[in-house]
Amino acid sequence: MSIWSQILQHAFSGLTLGSIYAIIALGFTIIYNATEIVNFAQGEFVMLGAMTMVTLHVGVGLPLWLAFPLSVAAGGIVGSLLERLALRRLRNSSVLTLIIVTIGVSIFLRGAAMIAWGRNAMLLPPFSQRDAFFVGQASIMPQSLWVLGVTVALVAGLMLFYSRTLVGKGMRAVAINRYGAQLVGVSPPRMVFWSFALSGALGASAGILIAPITLAVYNMGTMLGLKGFAAAIFGGLGSSAGAIMGGITLGLLESFAGGFISSGYKDAVAFLILLAVLFAKPTGMLGGKTGRQ
Amino acid sequence: MMRRLKTRITLIAFGVALLAAPLVVRRPYHQSIMVFIGINALAATGLNLLMGYAGQVSLGHAAFLGIGGYTSAVLTVNHGANPWLAMIAGVALTVLVAWVMGVPTLRLHGHYLAIATLGFGMIVNVIFVEWRGLTGGQSGIPGVPEPSIAGVALDTHVRFYYLVWACVYAATVASANIAKSRPGRALRAISSSELAAQTAGINTARYKLHVFVLSAALASLAGSMWVHYINFANPEPFNFAYSIELVVMAVLGGLGNIWGPAVGAGVITMLSQVLQPAGRLLGDWLGRAVIDLDVPAFGLILVLMLIFLPRGVTTSLGMLFQRRRSAGEAG
Amino acid sequence: MTTASTKPGEIILETQGLTMRFGGLVAVDRIDLAVPRALVTAIIGPNGAGKTTVFNLLSGVLRPTSGMIHFLRQRIDGAPAHAIAALGLARTFQNVQLFEHMTVLDNVMIGRHTRTRTGFLDAALSLPRARREDRDAHQMCLEALAFVGLAHRAEDDATSLPFGQQRLVELARAIVAQPQLVLLDEPAAGLNTRERAELAKIITALPQRGITPLLVDHDMDLVMDISHQVSVLNHGHKIAEGPPRRVQSDPQVIEAYLGEEAAAC
Repeated sequence: MSIWSQILQHAFSGLTLGSIYAIIALGFTIIYNATEIVNFAQGEFVMLGAMTMVTLHVGVGLPLWLAFPLSVAAGGIVGSLLERLALRRLRNSSVLTLIIVTIGVSIFLRGAAMIAWGRNAMLLPPFSQRDAFFVGQASIMPQSLWVLGVTVALVAGLMLFYSRTLVGKGMRAVAINRYGAQLVGVSPPRMVFWSFALSGALGASAGILIAPITLAVYNMGTMLGLKGFAAAIFGGLGSSAGAIMGGITLGLLESFAGGFISSGYKDAVAFLILLAVLFAKPTGMLGGKTGRQ
Repeated sequence: MMRRLKTRITLIAFGVALLAAPLVVRRPYHQSIMVFIGINALAATGLNLLMGYAGQVSLGHAAFLGIGGYTSAVLTVNHGANPWLAMIAGVALTVLVAWVMGVPTLRLHGHYLAIATLGFGMIVNVIFVEWRGLTGGQSGIPGVPEPSIAGVALDTHVRFYYLVWACVYAATVASANIAKSRPGRALRAISSSELAAQTAGINTARYKLHVFVLSAALASLAGSMWVHYINFANPEPFNFAYSIELVVMAVLGGLGNIWGPAVGAGVITMLSQVLQPAGRLLGDWLGRAVIDLDVPAFGLILVLMLIFLPRGVTTSLGMLFQRRRSAGEAG
Repeated sequence: MTTASTKPGEIILETQGLTMRFGGLVAVDRIDLAVPRALVTAIIGPNGAGKTTVFNLLSGVLRPTSGMIHFLRQRIDGAPAHAIAALGLARTFQNVQLFEHMTVLDNVMIGRHTRTRTGFLDAALSLPRARREDRDAHQMCLEALAFVGLAHRAEDDATSLPFGQQRLVELARAIVAQPQLVLLDEPAAGLNTRERAELAKIITALPQRGITPLLVDHDMDLVMDISHQVSVLNHGHKIAEGPPRRVQSDPQVIEAYLGEEAAAC
């Protein structure tokens, strides 16, 4: 394959992967902005979305347009349950406690998924049944186009949500100034609840989108979550634009590294970037913790 | 003063119990569990110093066990080195890595520190898997010999048990000594308020680095012992899941308490032993092949423990006894 | 034990053109100070005058944007906080930074850190010299606690003490470091009249122990009673300096404080 085709192919898969990371990173950012908690269980929302989708669409046979929103809603429900049951009681705990609790939740969800669905990877058919098509010699999967398209739609939807809806504006207000928001009648605990629900839903969508490409399996959440988190830090924890930029950048870098250097070490790419950012500029490329959406 | 006497007595009692245990526990399977508990306790002791006293976090400690373990394996298997020397070399290499990593990492705090250590652990694990020439990749390095003392090979469970727990005991005594002295106070000051510690003259960066390196060294020893005990080195035990397990052991046991690591290691190690047969039963009932019940149970216990017993088992028990005693005195 | 000279009146701390800028805001503007040994010196000024910023600069918590700080004839601006402490400059905090989950005695023992040397290895092996050092420190810290009247609370959890007593523990911690200079940041804040009188007695007794106090306070009364020299700051500038009586009647000072009172109405 010519070098250009290789570049094109890696760029495309990098953008696809990057979109997934971007969505996951947005999930981290939303929760962080509302609560200053880093939710290590974010990756499991991704996994649960994918697994639920397989069960509903393949197992039960529901059509795509029905199974998708139901699975996304499932993610949202798990997110809000996490907030309500576990994190609500630990509002004033130390950072270490919060980190370990969300890790504990992620372990629990992963283990429960393994019991419910077994260890085997499951196949989710791509949204449109077409073979890969070719641009030059580069092979592009139609599912990639779905991923990119839905991601753009999600981002646009989020922007509308934050600027047009009451809940969205409330969340922004709480992130910028919690007390001030309370003064104008916004309820921070309510916003925290919605942040978790929204994060869960976003994570689930990411899982559903990527499953046709990478298969759905009980432990897919760990790595995806960690890499999504790396992307969020890279872009600046607390910045939505940073999350998107970080995700795309990470996806592209990982894809190129995997293609041109070594596919085994590509997992290390995300973490090397993570360490580099943390050591050089912990607030990330786009600044981070300003509470601005 | 009373506290010191109590600690001293408990340490002596602990030592006696350790010496006597293999006489009571006779089944080799149970003895090997005690060895594993010991190895975990050794690693957790280092983590306790770092997290419990200095207030830092490490979510990638398994990497240090791995560096010690693989150094032991490579030097003894590929170069015929003496296991003791290999262990020391492992510690030396780990100290170097921890030093280099520690300087930039310990400038971070809270979540950023946690995620940096996590990232480090991930990278090291990938190296273990991918650097097949050195580590044998997923297949690992088999045939790692046991160390010997005065010509006697430590190739039985009981002998290894004594080696491991002797180290745990020494580390526990050392921790207790450090805790009640100048460096121990400095660490606790750092964990409470770095700013006030600095203006009191404590070089916080240096102290954090030293305790980080110390905890890595203990982990390296534990990793070497693991590899020599099971005669095999592979990447699987030195991963993120194990790093978390170690943190849980330290936290469950009680951070900042010298008994925490042993108690935590004991509880967690035995927990999986109990949960595995339970999982198999569940699997039979559900008609499914293998069920790892210990995984979700572990997660659940973790969450519940942090909600209800955030100070860990030993510290909470200690507080319970304190309250009973003062209630008795008052009443 | 004392270094250099013990001439009373000798300048042990001085700043030249000390300036701190936070972005566009000038918190401290070209301040010159000279603190003489064995006399009580005070820095006062209305809220936001820059007093605590000056302390943060002196103790090394902040690095000055420009200007110089000399302590015991050594340049310390830009030096790390722990090194400045080791030279003999101790400080207390406005909001009292006692170490949590530690006893009162342990908190004071931290003060001995710069005067002791036990390291990890010595401590782990419980060497005799480590134990001896600890015993001596223990002794000295109990004595310091007695000096501030809190010896009976030595084994209590430090943060369980009432605020005024926590203040005194912090002071004891500063004292055992045997500093040449101690920075007291609003030591009287939150104290009642009786506690304030106790505090005044303690501060005036410090020079006899070889410790020069430099205090910052918002409140005129304590300062006027015990200080030998007062510098007044307003909006980051020094607007007056001299003996308390003279400063008190300086029209600029009165306006600065009156202006604040008017604003508070």
